[in-house]
Amino acid sequence: MNREEIYERLNEVFADVFDDDSIILSDETTAADIDGWDSLRHITLLAAIEDEFEIEFTMGATVKMKNVGEMVDYIEDEV
Amino acid sequence: MSYFDYPVESKTLLRKKLKIKNELLSRGGFIEKRIAVLGGSTTNEIVDQLELFLLNYGIKPVFYQSEYAQFWQDAVFGNEELDSFDPDIVYIHTNWRNITAFPCVSDSKEDADRLLEDTFAHFAVMWDKLNEKFNCPVIQDNFDRPAFRLLGSSDISDYRGRTNFISRLNQKMYDYSQANKSFYINDVDFLAACYGLEGWSNPLYWHMYKYSLCLDAVPLLAKSVADIIKSIYGKNKKVLVCDLDNTLWGGVVGDDGVEGIQIGPEVPVGQIYSEFQQYIKELKSIGILLAVNSKNDEENALAGLNHPDSSLKPDDFASIKANWNNKDMNMKSIAAQLNLGADSFVFIDDNPAEREIVKQANLGVSVPEMDRVENYLRMIDRSGFFEVTSLTNDDLSRAEMYKANARRVQLQENTGSFEDFLKSLEMKAQIREFEPVYIQRIAQLTNKSNQFNLTTLRCSESDIKMMQMSEDYICLYGKLEDKFGDNGVVSVVSGQIEGEELHMRLWLMSCRVLKRGMEDAMLDALADDAKDKGLSSIIGYYYPTPKNNMVRDFYSRMGFSKVSEDEDGNTVWKLNLDSYEKKNPSIEIIR
Repeated sequence: MNREEIYERLNEVFADVFDDDSIILSDETTAADIDGWDSLRHITLLAAIEDEFEIEFTMGATVKMKNVGEMVDYIEDEV
Repeated sequence: MSYFDYPVESKTLLRKKLKIKNELLSRGGFIEKRIAVLGGSTTNEIVDQLELFLLNYGIKPVFYQSEYAQFWQDAVFGNEELDSFDPDIVYIHTNWRNITAFPCVSDSKEDADRLLEDTFAHFAVMWDKLNEKFNCPVIQDNFDRPAFRLLGSSDISDYRGRTNFISRLNQKMYDYSQANKSFYINDVDFLAACYGLEGWSNPLYWHMYKYSLCLDAVPLLAKSVADIIKSIYGKNKKVLVCDLDNTLWGGVVGDDGVEGIQIGPEVPVGQIYSEFQQYIKELKSIGILLAVNSKNDEENALAGLNHPDSSLKPDDFASIKANWNNKDMNMKSIAAQLNLGADSFVFIDDNPAEREIVKQANLGVSVPEMDRVENYLRMIDRSGFFEVTSLTNDDLSRAEMYKANARRVQLQENTGSFEDFLKSLEMKAQIREFEPVYIQRIAQLTNKSNQFNLTTLRCSESDIKMMQMSEDYICLYGKLEDKFGDNGVVSVVSGQIEGEELHMRLWLMSCRVLKRGMEDAMLDALADDAKDKGLSSIIGYYYPTPKNNMVRDFYSRMGFSKVSEDEDGNTVWKLNLDSYEKKNPSIEIIR
C-alpha cells in the first residue's frame, strides 16, 4: 500500500470518527487542526485505524506520533 | 438499525457513533431519564455507547459522570452536582482493580475472611448510602476476573488466591441484590467470558487510557446495561412468535409427515431442536407468551406440536395461526387477539423471505436473523429481548390469562400492500423445458412434494427422461431466485398432448415459494408453449390425498372451469387458451 492509498483510507476513518466529510489530511495535520480531536476521541480514532489497516499500535508508538505524517509513516511500516 | 442487534457490530458503533446518534435523535418519541455513571475507571466511551443503545430503545438519557475513579467518594460523601442531578438510575462501573486489598499467601483463613468482610462492607456502605439518598434503581457491575493467576488452577479454589477472593466477593454482592429490590447486578463476568477474557482485559487499554476493558468490548457492556434499564422501564418484549417447519423442528410436517420431522433424541439435529424447544418452554415459565405463525394447514401444525418428542404442545401457545395467509397479516391478528402491540413481539423464522415480509410491514416486531439451528438459542438469549429484572406472580401465570382472552376475540384478515412486498423481492424465474442437468431434482420433487401437488404422480428419473424425450409432452421446470438467494428448481409442470388438448400429468410446487406468484408464472409459460403448438385448451386434474387439500381449488383460482367430479372428489378442469389472459406476476421471467 503506498502513501496515497493510506491517506485515502485514513481520510475516511477521520471523516467517520469526527463525523466531518470536509477533513483533508496532510503530513502536517495535528490535533489542533481538527475540531473535536481531544484525548478521548483520540482513543476511538486509534482503535478505528487499527481496524481499518489491521495493525496494532504499540504503547510507545502512540505516544511518539506528533502529526498525521508520522502516523502514516507508522502505518506504512506496519502494513 | 441492525448494528444494535446481537451479535452487536462494535466497530461500526464505535467509529460512526456521532452519525448514528444524530440518526437516532431524529426518531423522536423518547422518554427522558437521568443516569449517573459512577466509575472506577474511564467511563467516557461507555457513556457514549450506552447513550446509543438507550436511544435505540426509545430512552433519551441525560448523564452525570463522576470524575475519574471517584465512584466511591461521589456515592458516600456526595457532591453538589450529583445531588442536584437527582438521578433516576445509578450505574456503578467498577472492576477488580478497584478492590483495594487482596489476601497474601501468608494470610490465615481468618485473615482472608476478615478482609472479605471489610471489602464487602466498603461497597455495601456505598450502596446503602445511594439508596438512602436517591432511592432509585442501582446497577452494579460484578467483578470480572484477572487474566492471570498466581496460583494457577488453585487460584480459584484456594482462599489465598485472588480469583477465589473475587468470586467470594461477587457471591456476597449477589446475596445483597437478592435482599434489596432495586439493586441489580450487571453480569460483566459473563460478558468477559463470552468475549474472551484475554482480549477483554487487554492491559494496554488500562495502562494507556485507564479503561477496564478493551474498546471493542465497550458496546457489549453498554448493551448489557441498556437491557437492564429498558427492562426496568417496561420496554421488554412480551411475546415470542414462532414459525414451525425448520424453526421448532427439522423438516416440513406437511410434506414429511409427523413421523418424518426431526425432533427428539434420535438424531443430532433433532436434539438441537429439542434443546431449543425446552428453552422456549422455559421462557413461557417466566411469563413470556408464545404464539405460532406458520404457513401450514392447521391440522398439520397441531400434529407436529403433538409429536411425542415435541416439548412444546398446542396448549403452550396463547395463539396459533397456522394457515396460508401472509405472515405480517397473521402477526396483526395475533396482536389483536392478545390485545398487545406487535411492537412487543419477537418473530423467529428460518426463512429470510418470511422475516423480510414481517420487517417490511413496519409493525415494530423484532426479527432476529435465525441463520442456523445451532445458533437459534443463543440468538434469542443474547439479544436481551426478555431481560429479567423482576419476576412477579403475574409473570408466572400470564400465559393462562391470555389464552382465555384469546378465545373471545375475532380474527381480522386483509391483504394490505402485498404487491409491494413481492416487488421488493426482485424475483427472477427461469422457466424452461426439462434439461438433463435437472432431471434428478425434478424426479426428487415429484417424490417429496405432498402439499402443493395436484396429481401426486411419483416419477423415477427414467419416467422424467421419457417425458423429456417425447414429442407428445410439454414439460417445464421453474427455478426461482430472489434477492436473498437462489431457491433452485421449485416447480414442475408436465402435460401430454392429445389432439388439441394438453392433459396435465404433473403439476407441483415447493411450499417454500407459496404466494410469490410462481404458480402464475408457470401457467403463463405453459399457456404460451401450448399455443405455439397450436393447442386450444389445457385439461387439469386434481386427485385428493390426505395432504394436498390446500390445492383443491387451485384450478378454479387460476381461471379453469370445472368439467367433472367423481364420488372420490377427483376433479377435472378445463382452461380455454383462446381467451386466456396472462397473469404477469411480479417476477422477471427468463425463458
